[in-house]
Order: sequence, then C-alpha cells, then structure tokens
Amino acid sequence: MIRPMIDREQVLHVAKLARLKLSDEEVERMTSELSGILEHVERISELDLDGVEPTSHVIALENVLRPDEPRPSWDRDEVLERAPDPAGGSFRVPSPQA
Amino acid sequence: MSDLIELTVTEAAVRIRSGELSPDEYFEAYRRAAAGDSLNAFLWTAEDTAQADLEGTRAARDERDSERPLDGIPVAVKDIFCTEGIPTTAGSRILQGYRPPYTATAVRRLRDAGARILGKANMDEFAMGSSNENSGYGPVLNPWDEGRVPGGSSGGSAAAVAGRLAPCAIGTDTGGSIRQPAALCGIVGMKPTYGAVSRYGMIAFASSLDQCGPLTRDVSDAALLLRAMEGRDPCDSTSVGIEGGIELPSREDLKGLSFGIPRELASDAEGIESGVQEVFERTVALIEELGGEVSETELPHAPHGISAYYVLAPAEASANLARFDGVRYGMRVDADDLTEMYEETRAKGFGPEVKRRIMLGTYALSSGYYEAYYGRAQRVRTKIAEDFSRAFERFDFVVTPTSPTVAFKLGAKTDDPLAMYMNDYCTVPMPLAGIPAISIPAGVAPPADGGPDDARARESATRLPVGFQIAGPAFSDSAMLDAAHALEMAIGFRRNGTAT
Repeated sequence: MIRPMIDREQVLHVAKLARLKLSDEEVERMTSELSGILEHVERISELDLDGVEPTSHVIALENVLRPDEPRPSWDRDEVLERAPDPAGGSFRVPSPQA
Repeated sequence: MSDLIELTVTEAAVRIRSGELSPDEYFEAYRRAAAGDSLNAFLWTAEDTAQADLEGTRAARDERDSERPLDGIPVAVKDIFCTEGIPTTAGSRILQGYRPPYTATAVRRLRDAGARILGKANMDEFAMGSSNENSGYGPVLNPWDEGRVPGGSSGGSAAAVAGRLAPCAIGTDTGGSIRQPAALCGIVGMKPTYGAVSRYGMIAFASSLDQCGPLTRDVSDAALLLRAMEGRDPCDSTSVGIEGGIELPSREDLKGLSFGIPRELASDAEGIESGVQEVFERTVALIEELGGEVSETELPHAPHGISAYYVLAPAEASANLARFDGVRYGMRVDADDLTEMYEETRAKGFGPEVKRRIMLGTYALSSGYYEAYYGRAQRVRTKIAEDFSRAFERFDFVVTPTSPTVAFKLGAKTDDPLAMYMNDYCTVPMPLAGIPAISIPAGVAPPADGGPDDARARESATRLPVGFQIAGPAFSDSAMLDAAHALEMAIGFRRNGTAT
C-alpha cells in the first residue's frame, strides 16, 4: 500500500486556502490525483541541492523604474460595466459577515 | 481562392505590398475558412474587416504604408490575449462574455505592423494542458486526424494554421504550449527568450515562465511575426526585447555550427515512440549533411524538469488565478456570504485541471511544505539553467524531439494527469532556463497506439507529424531561426506528403 502523499483533511484545508468549494467526489479524486503527482515530484528530494541558490526569475534585471508622473487611468464606468454587480460607482459584494 | 490559402505569410505580405494581392480578398478567403471551422479551433471569428481591424489600423492601411511588414495579414490570436471589445476567455467559463477594455501589447504590435485579427483561438483553460481537452468550450481536433488531439495549450492556434483556417497564429508557451501543439500539427512553433515579447495583456498563468510566440507554416513566417512583436514595453518590466531586433533567416547550410544532443532528452528518455526517434535520427543526419557538427552532450538535471515545473508553475498559477473571484469581471455565483461567493464562483467557473493546479500550487506554497516543494523546485531550476549554460559553452544549440509521441487519441490521457504532464518532458527544461526554442516539422510517423481498429483503415491511416526541437542560449533567437530555416529547407516538409 502506497503511503498517500496528501490526505482528505489536507485536501479540504488547501481547498479552503484556495477558496475552492469541492464536491465530495472532487475531494476523493483530488486526494488520489495529487498524491500521485506529489509522489513523482518527490523525486527531487533525492538531489543534493545544498548551497544551490533558488531561481525565481531567469533574467537578471535591476529594478525597472519610471518617472512617477500622474496620468489618467481607465474610465471608471468602462471598468465597472464588466463587473457582475456594480453599484454606486463601486464593486458590490455580499457581506463578509452574513 | 484556394491558392491564396497556400501562400505563406511572407509571400502574401510581398504580394499585398506590391498591390498584386488585395488584402480584403485575402482576408475574405480566410474569413470564410475560419467561419467554416469544423475543428473547434476558434472561439470567436471576425465577421468582417471592420471587426478584424482594431482601432487605428484602418486609417493607416488606407494610406498604403509600404513599410508595414504584415499589412493585411490575418492572424489567429490565442484567446489568452486581451483584445479590446473582443471576447477574451482564456478558454475558461469563468470569463465567458468578458470583453477587455484594452489590447495586449503583442497584439497591438502586430496591428501596428498591419495585421488583422481573424479570430480568437481555442486553448486549454488558462493555458493549462497539453491536449486542448481542458478548454471550457470543448476540445480542438487535429486536422491530420480528427480523432486525435492537436496538443496544447495553444491547440486552437496550431490547428487553425495546420488546417488552413489561418495563415499564422500567436500563442503562449509556459512549459511547451507553443512547441508541442506545433509538433503535433506539423507546423512551426517558437518560444522566444523570456523577456523578448511583452506579457502585458496576456492573461497570466506562471509569470516567470510565460512567453508569447508565433505558430506558422514556416520559419521565415515565425521570424516575421516575432520581429513585429518583440521589444521592450513600459507596461511589462520584465520585457527587454531582442537587442538589434530579429533578423529574417537566410542561411542555407549549417557549416560552422555545433549541435549537442542531450542524451537525457533523446536516447535515454523514456517513452519516446520509435517513429519519433527515427525521424529525430534522420534529422540529425541531415544536420551533418548540411555541414553542422553533432555530438552527444548531457543535461543531467533535465529529467527533473517535470517535477520542478509542476511545482513552480502551479504555485505561480495559484497566486495569479486568485484574481478570478467574481468581483471585478467574469461570472459570479450569488451567495449570502462573501467567502461562500468566492468559493462557489470558483467551483463553477474553473474546470478540473485548473482546480487541480490551484490545489497543487496552494499546497506547495502552504506553511510547512514551502521549502520541501517550492524552495527545492527553485533550486532544481537553477541546476537546469546551469546545465544548459555548460552545454552552450561547447555547442551553439541543443536538439531534441519536441514531443515524445505523435498526436494521441482524444480521451487517451484525460484520466491520468501525470501521463498528460509527461508530454512536456522535452519542452519544460527550456522555459525553466528562460532560453529560446523552436519546433519545426521534421517528418511523419505512424501512431504507436495503432490507429483505427479496422485493418484496412489502418493500412491507409494517416501518418502523423513529428517535431524537431532546436534550443539556443538566451537571446540567440535570430541565430536559432536562421539555423532552423536552413534545416527546414533541407527537410522539405509538406503538409500533404511525407518529408523527403
């Protein structure tokens, strides 16, 4: 029996962090699929990586700066018209404490 | 009409500029082809030139500016690029109906060069996939065999070009998403050096890897498109462009150039079909005939590319996709409580693969696992980049098969995510190192999965295209295109025949 890399409880915890509602069936499937993928990924734990610098980005770039000059942004209405529930010049959302 | 469709972009552009070919007639030929799309390659197509010409194009065209290198050329644009007023979904249901208020820099540059938007190409949702079966709008079919996948994630772009529905296309490549579908559809696909083309307006998947590039009938067309798109953009601080621009290829031989074959991605690689291997070896022999020097080399950490990639890319994706929350754009599932609204919206809007990657990435970044997964994967990335640097001290380029297999059957790998990920085995190391790579069609091979069940049908079954990948050091894009051009001429690949 292969040790599952990630269990049901962890899947539910991660889904909560990711703001994803999963059905029971999805939780089931995710547990086994993620375990399979993580087991493959785990092979990198065999490599000797002591003293190796992590790469977060491939090109060596200094901070790229531009003059901080005010300029017009997008039109408010044009942006709001793409929102599911615009109201009073803002994005309306349900209450966080309902 | 039909002979118009056979022109390469380079040929058509010359005829349009000389006045020999009417750009409207040329557009109409493709508009009809794209409107009759039976491959599901397009999610949106222009109804007329007024729709295809983004603001600013028409006036310029009327002046017949002979300097515009893509004047009147219709382009299929992967649906991951924002196009002002034109639906942009990134293949996701969560963005159904979204019309962006602005246009991506890459598309604007094509427009400034005179190109027209023929349509928005279907794709794996948020560019996550290698078969185009993860689109929220149905799979794309491979024009060589409609029972097979076109590859992904730029599957619609590749199928449109291979199926003669578009003269050229643009796509994005994060782990192989331009090169692999180009290989499976028998066309040219190039991932430029990271930073060559602006990512502004390209819906982000994995920002440190994503790069825009061309999918075309031949290498010269790819160079023409990249030449128009590359360059620094104040809206993307990681865009640096290609110093001196892209030169159009002209090389006829490979004398004085050296090519390394990394054994980990060729002879020692698991799962490379024998037909693919054969075409690869034949192409290597051609390089030698053209005067190129070939020998074996090694990229010892390349086999760990898949592991590193499937930690890093999902990790970045989990952060990038947090913006799809039902607040500012796209769909929303109503709920009484804010958190529930987020959770329900994302549950309904995202497909299974996107959910899987968000979960994987969130897990890899979560407290207690960060160093074991994300930290280690970033260090493997360093080792892979170092391997390439070492190889490029000795060789001008490295060459590999693009994909371990020819196009596989629809549904063949949908139940096994890891098997699907292995399609990217030969293509993920390059973006991890940020280097450019191109896939050119090198021949055809019978599918290893046997083709149709019926024996007679199998006898006459289509043999499927095989891609050959060339990768070079960062910013060697022009030299790489030049070498690919010489090799392409020698291969003599034709859509309706075999490579000679």
